[in-house]
Amino acid sequence: MTQYRVAVHIVPRRGVLDPQGQAVTDALHALGFAAVGDVRVGRHIVIRMNADAPQAAEQAARDMCDRLLANPVTEDYEIARIAPIHAEARA
Amino acid sequence: MRFGVVTFPGSNCDDDAVHAVVDALGAECVRLWHKDHDLKRAEVVILPGGFSYGDYLRPGAIARFSPIMREVVEHAKRGYPVLGVCNGFQILCEAGVLPGALLRNARLKFVCRNVTLRVENEATLFTSQYERGQLLRIPIAHGDGRFTIDADGLERLRDRDQVVFRYVNADGTTGDGANPNGAQDNIAGIVNEAGNVLGMMPHPERAVDPLLGSADGLPLFQSLLARVGA
Repeated sequence: MTQYRVAVHIVPRRGVLDPQGQAVTDALHALGFAAVGDVRVGRHIVIRMNADAPQAAEQAARDMCDRLLANPVTEDYEIARIAPIHAEARA
Repeated sequence: MRFGVVTFPGSNCDDDAVHAVVDALGAECVRLWHKDHDLKRAEVVILPGGFSYGDYLRPGAIARFSPIMREVVEHAKRGYPVLGVCNGFQILCEAGVLPGALLRNARLKFVCRNVTLRVENEATLFTSQYERGQLLRIPIAHGDGRFTIDADGLERLRDRDQVVFRYVNADGTTGDGANPNGAQDNIAGIVNEAGNVLGMMPHPERAVDPLLGSADGLPLFQSLLARVGA
């Protein structure tokens, strides 16, 4: 068993109105970031968990997203990062 | 006939729901705790408004896994009436009992005021005491009430007459300004396909006495009494 740190990104699905992202887009344009097309604001979730292998940690994180962390009707998710935690960093 | 009102940690309209059922309607009501495993012989279950689990993650996302939800979902599957108001509507969508989802209001603000609703379907368990097209004054109080569903889902809702209430202007039209939260197609309340589960963002339980500004919500509870209690 290794301990992993799994990071998940969850964002509103394209086509779903994201008023927060819209407001941030407008603010960035006002600041002169003219190159910005659009912005979507979502959640970043970090999970510390035990697993036999990185693939198992990823599968578990996907199950968590499907069942609780993301809303399948309106959100998309991606597993952004899976990294083993070394013993000395665990404390 | 017996009503049951569920309290989750963070529910805050449970007392109003009990008041509507007991004092305004004159029916029997049992209070249910979210950790209960039975519905104590309630025939109609009400999931009240509030902020269950602090709206953490998404409104209703955690409450849907409360122990009592297993019984509520079973109850709904067996065809008994379930009414979800505000947070209760959000919980029913999260649980997959009703289609769609309720997202942050389009203007990102919490909105607390009376709105005008139009009765779109008077042939449900919940609306038999209304007439089609009737206009109701009912309060809303929510930050996440923007009903959202994909195009196919919306078409299904329309085709099967599952849209029960729409937000309208005082004159009954759906033009500018009628929609307080950006809900798709001005949808304020829907029933499931079988018609025994109603979810709505407005609060009928807060509109059961003219003294408090409106009694337009009372016929909803009377409809349940007339159809189920008979």
